[in-house]
Amino acid sequence: MSKKKVVVGVTGLNNIDSPGPGIPVIRALKDSEYFDVRIIGLSYETLEPGIYMHDLVDKTYQIPMPSAGTSSLLERIQYIHSIEKLDCIIPNFDAELHNFIKLSPTLKKDYQIATFLPELEQFESRHKSVLFEFGEKNDVKVPFAKMIFSPSEIYQLEDKFTYPLVVKGKYYDASIASTPEQAVSYVNKISAKWGYPIIIQEFVSGNEVNVTAIGDGKGKCIGAIPMRKLYITDKGKAWAGVSLEDNQLIEIANRVIANSKWRGGCELEFIKSNKGEYYLLEMNPRFPAWVYLSVGCGQNHPEALLKMALGIDVKAFESYESGKLFIRYAYDQIVSLSEFEKISTFGEL
Amino acid sequence: MYVNKNLAISDTGFIFNPSTGDSFSTNEVGKFIIDLLKQKKSKEEIISQIVLHFNVDKVNADKDLSDFFAMLKSYQLMLDENE
Amino acid sequence: MSKKSYERPYIQKLNTGTMNKFGTKTEYAPVTAIEGVPVKKLIADYGSPVFVISERQIRKTYHEAVRAFKTRYPKVQFAWSYKTNYLNAVCNIFHQEGSWAEVVSMYEYQKAIQNGVPGKKIIFNGPDKSIEDLSIAVDNESLIHIDHLDELYLLVELLENKKKKARVAIRVNMDTGIYPMWDRFGFNYENGQAWNAINKIMSHPELMELVGLHCHIGTYMLSANAYSVAAWKLSDLAMNIQLRYEKTISYLDLGGGFASANTLKGSYLQGSDIIPSVDDYAEAITSTLLNFGFKQENLPTLILETGRAMIDDAAHLLGSVIAIKRLSDGRRSIVMDFGVNILFTAFWYNHKISPAQEFSHHVEDMVVYGPLCMNIDCVRESVTLPLLNRGDNVVVHRVGAYNMTQWMQFITMRPKVVLIDMDGKTHIIRENETLDTINQMEKMPKHLKSINL
Repeated sequence: MSKKKVVVGVTGLNNIDSPGPGIPVIRALKDSEYFDVRIIGLSYETLEPGIYMHDLVDKTYQIPMPSAGTSSLLERIQYIHSIEKLDCIIPNFDAELHNFIKLSPTLKKDYQIATFLPELEQFESRHKSVLFEFGEKNDVKVPFAKMIFSPSEIYQLEDKFTYPLVVKGKYYDASIASTPEQAVSYVNKISAKWGYPIIIQEFVSGNEVNVTAIGDGKGKCIGAIPMRKLYITDKGKAWAGVSLEDNQLIEIANRVIANSKWRGGCELEFIKSNKGEYYLLEMNPRFPAWVYLSVGCGQNHPEALLKMALGIDVKAFESYESGKLFIRYAYDQIVSLSEFEKISTFGEL
Repeated sequence: MYVNKNLAISDTGFIFNPSTGDSFSTNEVGKFIIDLLKQKKSKEEIISQIVLHFNVDKVNADKDLSDFFAMLKSYQLMLDENE
Repeated sequence: MSKKSYERPYIQKLNTGTMNKFGTKTEYAPVTAIEGVPVKKLIADYGSPVFVISERQIRKTYHEAVRAFKTRYPKVQFAWSYKTNYLNAVCNIFHQEGSWAEVVSMYEYQKAIQNGVPGKKIIFNGPDKSIEDLSIAVDNESLIHIDHLDELYLLVELLENKKKKARVAIRVNMDTGIYPMWDRFGFNYENGQAWNAINKIMSHPELMELVGLHCHIGTYMLSANAYSVAAWKLSDLAMNIQLRYEKTISYLDLGGGFASANTLKGSYLQGSDIIPSVDDYAEAITSTLLNFGFKQENLPTLILETGRAMIDDAAHLLGSVIAIKRLSDGRRSIVMDFGVNILFTAFWYNHKISPAQEFSHHVEDMVVYGPLCMNIDCVRESVTLPLLNRGDNVVVHRVGAYNMTQWMQFITMRPKVVLIDMDGKTHIIRENETLDTINQMEKMPKHLKSINL
């Protein structure tokens, strides 16, 4: 059987020490038995390593930063599409998803470019600030959380929380406070940096386990692979990890994907409490950087996503191999100045 | 005043300074000026060349050139003769 | 020998992490005309800076808003929020379209009366109404939206001496899940203040008739859902009034606060990409009202006072480059002939600025300053624009709301405001101020008349 030729735009080529998922997604697509992919890299910066990985990325174009807005992005995609005839785009950055989700109907209708993304409402529903409500709605335990808008509110929370508790910023930062006084001081510190609201969250101690999963948008979980980090970098990123056999976790992941009718890839971050209960800490709305482990375990999630994006029927995976490891490594590419010049001056390479 | 003669400028206005590793982007007039600087032309000569080749008066060419020189210096692309 | 066109020399270090320029052309694509009228001509005819308002855009936006609400709900009335832009010509476009007037001071009230708005179609909001103001409003049968108990008592005192009944509503504040909660205006819903005020009004049936309920939950609201909460809480009050007093509330005024497509400072994404559409707001409000359980004949009229979203897009500010400078840290800065004196909204928006003439593809990051001799006079802290020169023109977008009311006559005079009508013809709708305009209000004590330097 000859493979189906497709042109796919992929972002997240920053395969650095805290990597984006672009290159792992591309490797997965290149491994496909079904597709013969031409990869169009979409980059934001000139030093994203993927730009120069010509065995994986056939051609790269710079695209405007998300803050430039959808009209700039659409104009750039129109240009790229006029040359490359894209069949599908797989965005991989949190910050760009809002714009791609907004544009996806236009891309489909006017340019026949497929995407496979959650609806804006789904995307918003798993934000850190509303995750507790997300958990209630989708029948998954989430540490109890409440948004506050001033440090004085800490003292009104005494009937709702016990110490220690977690003080979290809207986007980043989290600290564990053992007393109200400590909590107030963290609230002040974090709000100075990220503003309000601040999220006060129940502290759950235990081990972190993550799941990379993919949903069909109709309530079916196509695949899910649980993984525990074996070694983390000083940025908290997995350096090595191992796939787990954990039916309970798979069942929870299936339930979250099914109830939320999630469309596309996602990463579920759980903590397994000392009592053996799973709490959802975060849901990232795209594949994680370790998604290639799914291929290693026998479930090619990016390939499944591409199939669904193109309207090809996909059956849910039934099994995977546990005990497979991924071990990341760094690699120095040698690049000529003329390549750097091309991407810098023309925005294409 | 001089610029590093090893400064590589491509037709696209891409500049690479091999002694620092920095890269820059310049426009047509900027490239024109750097080419003249590499030939050790004086400021006065550069101004008259700009006025000769481009549609600009001397006052504005002078003003813009001074600003451009300041930028070249701040980027350590240009050094005074006595340094 | 023919000379090449000149662009001032430019060099930029290629840093990673800075905004890349590929595909951001729309950001600095030149805008050379407003509604078909060349920017150069507008500036030649009316000076620089100058505000330019498009009548076509105002009517278009209004029609879209009316469509969004009227297709979903049978009884809808818009009221033009005077404080957003009270140039008489602008107000009258809205009045021609059928908008009532929503005013928050006697100054605005008088403007509405002079514009020919019948007293019955003026909504009188705001915390500051004197007994004289209230008296005029009662005589004209205007809708008085009571803000606090002191106002209610003042009104009772006034009405006891008058032979006329007042038509009143109360402003209600409430928790709609939005921060900050606007609790400084009106009576609180959750703690029972609002119900208490309603009972007080209902205890004076001979003096006043409670005809409506009003709320205004905030400004530049990014959540349409908050309006659904607000509509529910107002409906709840209306229903309780029906049950307790058998009195049908004739309208619910959901106020304004719909966002325009301007980008707030500190927002990572563009305003136009994150704001709800007028259909989203309309759906949130009307579906709540329709599903609340009012009897068909008791369904209240929905009043909307949205200002910003109706007018922001319709106005542009045209200006010119006074100077191009280099700051001590090497950043480019540019001085414009307009600043925060006339572009007050630059304090909270990153206004989009477009050049008004063609440039090469080279762009640079710059700070845009106004002409005032004051450090706070900064229009954009960082914006990417082509290599502008002294005398070049620029167009600032979405300046219709709050600028032509909050502008200040500081150091210099305010410029002309020009309206482009439906046929593309231009009209001055506000003259520029002159030295005489300002001086005629001043008086000189005799002993200070002569100076001898």
